[in-house]
Amino acid sequence: MNTDSLSPIILTLVTFVPLAGAMLLLLLPRRARDIRVFALVVSLLTFVLSLHLPVYFRQPSAGFQFEINKPWISAPNIHYHMGIDGISLWLVVLTTFLTPLCVLISWHSVEERVKEFFILLLLLETALIGVFTSLDLFLFYFFWEATLVPMALLIGIFGHEQKVYAAVKFFMYTMIASVFMLAAILWLYAHTGTFDFVAIRDLITSGAIPKFPTAAKWLFLGFFLAFAVKVPLFPFHTWLPDAHVEAPTAGSVLLAAVLLKMGTYGLLRFNLGLFPEQSRQNAWWIMVLAVIGIIYGALVAMVQPNMKKLIAYSSVSHLGFVVLGIFSFTQAGLNGAMFVMLAHGISTGALFMLAGILHERRHTYEISEFGGLASPMPVYAASYLFIVLASIGLPLLNGFIGEFLVLSGAFQARPVYAILGATGVIWSAIYLLWMYQRVFFGKVTNAVNNSLTDLSEVEKWAVWPCAVAALVMGVAPILWLSAIDSAVHSALTPFVHVASRMVGP
Amino acid sequence: MNPNLNLWLIPVLPLAGAAINGFFGKKSSRQAITIVALFFCGAAFACALWVAARFSSLSLPYQEFFAHWIRSGPFSADFSFYLDQLSLVMLLVVTGVGFLIHIYSVGYMCDDPGYYRFFSYLNLFMFFMLTLVLSGNYLQMFIGWEGVGLASYLLIGYWFTKDSAASAGKKAFIVNRVGDFGFLIALFLLIKHFGSLNFTQVFDAVKPISPETAGVGLLTTIGILLMVGACGKSAQIPLYVWLPDAMEGPTPVSALIHAATMVTAGVYMVARSHVIFERAPIALTVVAIIGTLTAFFAATIGIAQTDIKRVLAYSTVSQLGYMFLACGVGAFSAGIFHLMTHAFFKGLLFLAAGSVIHAIGGEQDMRKMGGLRTKIPWTFWTMTAGTLAIAGIPGFAGFFSKDEILWKAYQASWAYWLVGLITAFITSFYMFRLWFLTFFGQYRGEADSTRAVHDAHSAHGHGGIHESPKVMVIPLVILALLSVIGGYVGVPSSLGGNNHFDRFLGPVFGSTLPAESQNPAIGEKRTSERETEGTEPKTETSTELMFTGISVLAALLGFGLAWLLYYRSPDLPDRIAARFSVAYDTLVHKYYVDEFYAAVFVKPLINFSTRILWQDVDRKVIDAAVDDAGYGAEHVSDDVRHMQSGNIRSYAGWVAAGSALVIAFMVWMGVR
Repeated sequence: MNTDSLSPIILTLVTFVPLAGAMLLLLLPRRARDIRVFALVVSLLTFVLSLHLPVYFRQPSAGFQFEINKPWISAPNIHYHMGIDGISLWLVVLTTFLTPLCVLISWHSVEERVKEFFILLLLLETALIGVFTSLDLFLFYFFWEATLVPMALLIGIFGHEQKVYAAVKFFMYTMIASVFMLAAILWLYAHTGTFDFVAIRDLITSGAIPKFPTAAKWLFLGFFLAFAVKVPLFPFHTWLPDAHVEAPTAGSVLLAAVLLKMGTYGLLRFNLGLFPEQSRQNAWWIMVLAVIGIIYGALVAMVQPNMKKLIAYSSVSHLGFVVLGIFSFTQAGLNGAMFVMLAHGISTGALFMLAGILHERRHTYEISEFGGLASPMPVYAASYLFIVLASIGLPLLNGFIGEFLVLSGAFQARPVYAILGATGVIWSAIYLLWMYQRVFFGKVTNAVNNSLTDLSEVEKWAVWPCAVAALVMGVAPILWLSAIDSAVHSALTPFVHVASRMVGP
Repeated sequence: MNPNLNLWLIPVLPLAGAAINGFFGKKSSRQAITIVALFFCGAAFACALWVAARFSSLSLPYQEFFAHWIRSGPFSADFSFYLDQLSLVMLLVVTGVGFLIHIYSVGYMCDDPGYYRFFSYLNLFMFFMLTLVLSGNYLQMFIGWEGVGLASYLLIGYWFTKDSAASAGKKAFIVNRVGDFGFLIALFLLIKHFGSLNFTQVFDAVKPISPETAGVGLLTTIGILLMVGACGKSAQIPLYVWLPDAMEGPTPVSALIHAATMVTAGVYMVARSHVIFERAPIALTVVAIIGTLTAFFAATIGIAQTDIKRVLAYSTVSQLGYMFLACGVGAFSAGIFHLMTHAFFKGLLFLAAGSVIHAIGGEQDMRKMGGLRTKIPWTFWTMTAGTLAIAGIPGFAGFFSKDEILWKAYQASWAYWLVGLITAFITSFYMFRLWFLTFFGQYRGEADSTRAVHDAHSAHGHGGIHESPKVMVIPLVILALLSVIGGYVGVPSSLGGNNHFDRFLGPVFGSTLPAESQNPAIGEKRTSERETEGTEPKTETSTELMFTGISVLAALLGFGLAWLLYYRSPDLPDRIAARFSVAYDTLVHKYYVDEFYAAVFVKPLINFSTRILWQDVDRKVIDAAVDDAGYGAEHVSDDVRHMQSGNIRSYAGWVAAGSALVIAFMVWMGVR
């Protein structure tokens, strides 16, 4: 059979196979081991299916591929419209790559309500993939909000001490912000009669929407607010540390690696795609917030006594790079922003797994509880160091490529912002290496830690794929950049005159 | 057309060694680990020699494309290799000295439980260092640049259960990152204005630009930012503070990374970028001043240190200062010459110091040494060769290179020369101090070797003071030979030589300035010198000879003073220290620079981040606002909830009120 014949339905398959798996899980008896194996099989199947996308992705191509567009509801006019370009392609693969690893990392750490846990995890995967594949605004909003429920439940049921507070805060905060986006989407529908992203974009470009010029400012802000909270951009970030600290490991991994990227993806796809003029006008203060986020997130991360909070604040810093790159409107800046999204997904996802592994053994994230762990846990320590190096942007690992491109792009547009952002290379080294030293070096001060076991086989299978991915992305970024580059190029077409003006002397 | 040299193999070979030992070393025998580590490092050296043998038949610069790396719009950076006279010198120094130090390490680290880890890191270092010197563009150079920093971090913190070692490794990495920040901004400027980071493209684009004599322009900014990077990697003021602490690493590491090779990367980078620097006189002046000041300050600190490795560490900082001074006055080939001789004699000095430490069971405090001359004769004689070389005693390697730098410095400004000369005197003094304290007088250590663990060799088993095994002595002897004869490749014409070294590097550093815009301060003098070499006027030669005489005198004075204080009347130093206690304490505490940085940067930053940013801004302002909004909504809802009381009469009341409102509204609309 010609596998290319899958192409018309591949996005549907990739999106809904996890959902089907979750349904089947409902029927399975409550035998923990079977449930885990089944969840692993489903998530691996989804990953394998998703590999169809990069394999059959036509390059260079600016438009959407693997499109499917069928009427779903006639009134209101909602279509089942899906498709991906070089921007969403890798975010889908990132999601499907990390979900099996999340299953593995939860293998032993989730002992109660195993069935519910993996059902929620698979539901979450469907919702996340749906966000990146939808090209109908209603469909997009549906998936967008659908991610909230399983994630909030994962935090609220399977989390730690203050799980309910964190779950409610996460849910309410991001939900309320999303309402503004809903309002903007409904305005667009009321004035265009369609939810279709491509159609709306074309209408806006051709100036066919009568009241658009006056409303555009508010529409831009409506989308922006929803995305900025999700990113999270300073000062909308305070839900993140709480959610992370309370979330179970798999929840944290998907939260940091994929859920936050929904925000930056949204900024790139909708704010830049639909409102280029407004994006340009508002870029300066958004970049200010991004730079503040980079420095502020890093400095606050530096002084956290809790390992998971430290990683959470470091995400604020890294996502600041993404926003900085997006609003530089330069080819390098956007390429870099995309690459940071993927790199941060891999390395921060892995950092959360590693933190979870420690929590499983000691039931604490307090850095001061540890020290000298490199002696009892050498393999763990080496794996951790590798991921730390990826995260602080050592060349030949994934973090460097993205940060370098973002900063060089931002430097072309606004040098001062880039210079301030570039201090991030110093901060990240400080907060991560300092934490690493306190956890792993020195003598074992806390006798309990002497008997800690090193990485188990399952844990190796969860963490090492991330390490391999970090290395491959750092050595051969071109595998990712080629698809990203052309998509970014077309995303920037409305900005060309802006960019050329800024590059000048 | 050049043949394909497959230069990529040279860095990749040690990488393979690092990977094999890193992944499988834990379960391998020591012998297997040794074979792997030495084979892959030796193979890289052999390749380098093979390249050197074919060098004369190449058309230079030789370039080799290996693979695409980054593509982003019009910008691209590839894995590519670049070979010219400068990279060849670096290649031979790195692989040659590196291989010797690998051999030495087999003996020095033989009892260490992390043997495989050590050699894996050491091979990894070779990979990154060779990537750095063979790179064809700035971004690949940055791979090596950061990578050697990583290797340095791993090796300084090699004995990670020791807190001081772990802290020193972290400090090295972070301070280097401060420098890298400057380097990165320089790269962004290059991308923005020249659209590329390839050496050939950047330099071709820079060549038509005339020197920025008027003020700080683009090239000056780039030059200064590159120098910021070099200050980090090559331990110059104000970023030198990590290098003395780096002595926490095993001694072979100090020799290889923190003396002979890695720390010279900054000098190499500045020399590589000479096309830019030649057009940025202000940036060159900055380089020269930083180099001169560092040379002097580090040397003065070296006087008062008692740890044998720390003396050598400050000496390294100081000697690196000389190299930057040379670059700063436009004498790039003199800087590279000193880089090479320094790699020989400083590598030797560290290895010999390691041999001393090995001999007396891990002691590094010179106050507990003495009289070792007869007990470890090989170490003594090789170290003597190194000491004579660094002190600038005529005939030894350091003499020729340092003398050339001082002469070139004088041509730029007498102030550089004077400070350099005083530094030469101090250098000679502290080195002979070390020499006398270690090898002469009475042994001041404890009789048996049951002292505290300090280095790898505390519990060595064969107690008593003993000479090192052959595997350690042979590298010492080879390096000692190089320290004696290594300078003869660059004997200046004033001493009847031909300065082959300068001529060899000539094609690299030959002035690239367009003829009409020759910079009188640097360019003209250098070109005219090179062109008229051998036919110089007699007066010039005699002046140069006179200056040579003055530097020799300074070196001898240093020896004499050390002899007086540490051999003739050894109680004198204590009396002097007591008499000038303030000055002495300042030197012992290294001018309190570490304390200053801690008080001005580290502590305020941590306090600010903890108190203001985290506890105040984050918790009390932003998050409290979020929570308050939540609770506020809850209160409002709570009040509104009472509307739904279940009481029919109250509902009727609400309906009536609502109707009244609607009617009122309609009436009002109707009135309008």
